[in-house]
Amino acid sequence: MTAMLNVKDLRAYYGQVQALHGLSFSLNEGSLTTLLGANGAGKTTTLRAICNMVRSTGAIEFEGKPLSGQSTENVVRLGIAHVPQGRGTFTTMTVEENLQLGAITRNDKKGVVADIERMYEHFPVLKERHTQQAGTLSGGEQQMLAVARALMLRPRLMLLDEPSFGLAPLIVRELFNILGKINREDKVTILVVEQNAQLALELADKAYVIETGRIVMSGSAAEIANNEDVRKSYLGY
Amino acid sequence: MSAVEEVTSEAPAVEAVPKRAMTLGYGTSLVVLGLLIIAPMFLKNFFVFQMTMLLIYALAVLALNILTGGSGQFSLGQSAFYAVGAYTSAILMEHMGVNYALTLPIAGIICFGFGFLFGQPALRLSGIYLALATFALAVAMPQLLKLGFFEHWTGGVQGLVVTKPDAPFGLPISQDRWLYYFTLVIAIGIYIASVNLLRSRSGRAFMAIRDNEIAASAMGVDVALYKTLAFGVSAGITGVAGGLGAIAVQFVAPDGYTITLAISLFLGMVVGGVGWLPGSIVGSAFIIFVPNIAEHISKGLSGAVFGVLLFLVIFLVPHGARQVAIVAQQLIGKLKK
Repeated sequence: MTAMLNVKDLRAYYGQVQALHGLSFSLNEGSLTTLLGANGAGKTTTLRAICNMVRSTGAIEFEGKPLSGQSTENVVRLGIAHVPQGRGTFTTMTVEENLQLGAITRNDKKGVVADIERMYEHFPVLKERHTQQAGTLSGGEQQMLAVARALMLRPRLMLLDEPSFGLAPLIVRELFNILGKINREDKVTILVVEQNAQLALELADKAYVIETGRIVMSGSAAEIANNEDVRKSYLGY
Repeated sequence: MSAVEEVTSEAPAVEAVPKRAMTLGYGTSLVVLGLLIIAPMFLKNFFVFQMTMLLIYALAVLALNILTGGSGQFSLGQSAFYAVGAYTSAILMEHMGVNYALTLPIAGIICFGFGFLFGQPALRLSGIYLALATFALAVAMPQLLKLGFFEHWTGGVQGLVVTKPDAPFGLPISQDRWLYYFTLVIAIGIYIASVNLLRSRSGRAFMAIRDNEIAASAMGVDVALYKTLAFGVSAGITGVAGGLGAIAVQFVAPDGYTITLAISLFLGMVVGGVGWLPGSIVGSAFIIFVPNIAEHISKGLSGAVFGVLLFLVIFLVPHGARQVAIVAQQLIGKLKK
């Protein structure tokens, strides 16, 4: 398997504060990888650095092309969808308009219409509510909308920032099942940042653990799940 | 899965304001249009002039509505764009003898460029900071227009007198009526174009930025481009309104375009309903007629009376004319049943 995304010595800064201290990792094509870590470890920053939303140094390559210096919208156009923390719902627009916005970089109208239907199959609750103002959806529905909207880009790689945040356990499980299905059936490579380590490790094939801006552990999801330290700090048993 | 579905399907479905609701219904639009066409035939010239100003300010409010209601950027500097449009028209007409109708697209284009350029530094600002930066622009503009350097063109403090155009083709209507219908045609054209703009892909990009800038850029929206574009479009329309205003008032002077005008336009937008384009004309009516009404109630305290009236409007209908329209629509719907 070839590496789809290669990150080398990534350092990111918020003004004077350095948030990442030389992060290196890679994602294989078709994989589902999770990035675990406590609050403030730099998980969100890593995703933002890939999309060039924060100032960073180091080398990031996507399918052999360097991403540094590219604007966020150009990174997105290469096929990297980012589901931001807090879902980023366009609250005053309808569910369907949100989905159309996900496809704003695409020019094939018919394909967009077909993809919206496909999203409604993945997420039946969105079809039920397609004329409803997106801000009035529940947290779980908004998270599904955010995932569906990101898929409207027809991404090759999807970055998810804490999709389980603030959701009921049942909904999280449903969402993760759908993510697994998207990964297997639509061949979308997924990088998911999570605090809910248990579920993320069940779903993923590979995992990285980061602490204060550095990768401290990496391996297959099973290995990480069985690691004594990880179990103590993140899984709580 | 099934359990989740059961729970969610029981929740009451709240319908969003559909896209159509950004405009008026077909029937209502025709009624309003009919009134705007017929009313001036029965009015005295002075009232026709006031209706012309109503349309002109409505255009300026509409322009601000595209910027704030559409892309979510504040501006207290619309008076500066209005002034540039007014002076462009006045200078072209009086110094270069350009036909009044031709000066308007030129004013629009110049203001579009001006707004687009101003939008570049404004990119780094948002919310209250952007309001302050535009405020500075509005404060600076009258003084810039007074500069001795431009005096040959602008007439300095004295300003410029503009000749009122006659009705063409020997039409037997007064200058005021002709100018009214001329303005009406332009206003309708710009209104239709604006509605279509907000429904287009660009409009969707504007609204995405307004709702959530980070998510918009994560969807591949070129945030910088669309934000400056919104500024450009807004300034361009304001410039056309300014040009029309110069022709209607027959006079441009620096002190006609102070921060007070910018605040009035802002008021007009809020009273009309932020993001609701047809509200622009209601907002315009508010800023033109309510000060007059206030003066009728009390000459010495007209400002205070205006304040009280404004307070009442904001308190009773915080979403402006849009809210009134929605309530009215629901009432009509109930009566029909």
